[in-house]
Amino acid sequence: MDMPLQEIIFYAFSAVMVLAAIMVITVRNPVYAALFLVLTFFTAAAIWMLLEAEFLAIVLVLVYVGAVMVLFLFVVMMLDINLVPLKEGFIRFLPLGVLVALVMAAELLTVLWGRDRFGTGQFPVPEAHPQGYSNTAALGEKLYTDYLLPFEVAGVLLLVAIVAATALTLRRRAGIKTQNPARQVRVRRDERVRLVKMKPRSNADGREA
Amino acid sequence: MLTLTHFLTLGGILFSLSMAGIFLNRKNVIILLMCIELMLLAVNMNFVAFSRFMDHLDGQVFVFFILTVAAAEAAIGLAILVVLFRNRETINVAELDDLRG
Repeated sequence: MDMPLQEIIFYAFSAVMVLAAIMVITVRNPVYAALFLVLTFFTAAAIWMLLEAEFLAIVLVLVYVGAVMVLFLFVVMMLDINLVPLKEGFIRFLPLGVLVALVMAAELLTVLWGRDRFGTGQFPVPEAHPQGYSNTAALGEKLYTDYLLPFEVAGVLLLVAIVAATALTLRRRAGIKTQNPARQVRVRRDERVRLVKMKPRSNADGREA
Repeated sequence: MLTLTHFLTLGGILFSLSMAGIFLNRKNVIILLMCIELMLLAVNMNFVAFSRFMDHLDGQVFVFFILTVAAAEAAIGLAILVVLFRNRETINVAELDDLRG
């Protein structure tokens, strides 16, 4: 069977991706689930490479695998979770879950495969970009011209997320002595030093007055 | 030859799987958050595929923003999770009924 390289890559990575996703939703241990999610993101990045979205593929690996999933792993490992009650109802809801997934997949695939809606008739396979084409440059140009305001808003959103996450997890414990730099800076001389006028206590010849 | 249908099918399968995951792991908040990440990944896959096959970069810009929002969501979600565990010593969804919802 003659199969071009692209298809072999697509089917190989898709198979790994679907298997990893199945593992994410079925393994007992959340640590393994997080690691399988990392595998899913890696394969997704490879498939995005196939779609010539190189920048987003790299961002997916850097931001998702590098930051978000590490955050997940940190939290999972930090919390001392009792896993036994969390798996209750897994078997009971297995038929329902599988049924819902199958119905949903069937609906989606009916729409996708029926009457050549998304086939080559409507969406012909595009030519590969010429050599020297930079996906990153094109995306950056778009981002800094047409989407400048949304881009700035996204930055503000990330700032809000940082502040919110910090404020949520900040814990003020009682009985801890800390410095308050604002009060330290604001202090004035007369709060620290008091000059007291005193009478001289001895005479010139050294005897008590 | 890889057509748009290939990629959309993959996205659909991924979305259905994460939907099943939400049904199966309805006690564990961490896995629920992971399933939401999977759903977002499936949607992003569709966006990237359409962007490629319609030869239009706007789809990729959208994925960029979705990634931003998803990162913020994961950070805040996990922060809430940590606070929840600190106060209740559990992340079991069934026991989180303080609001009597």
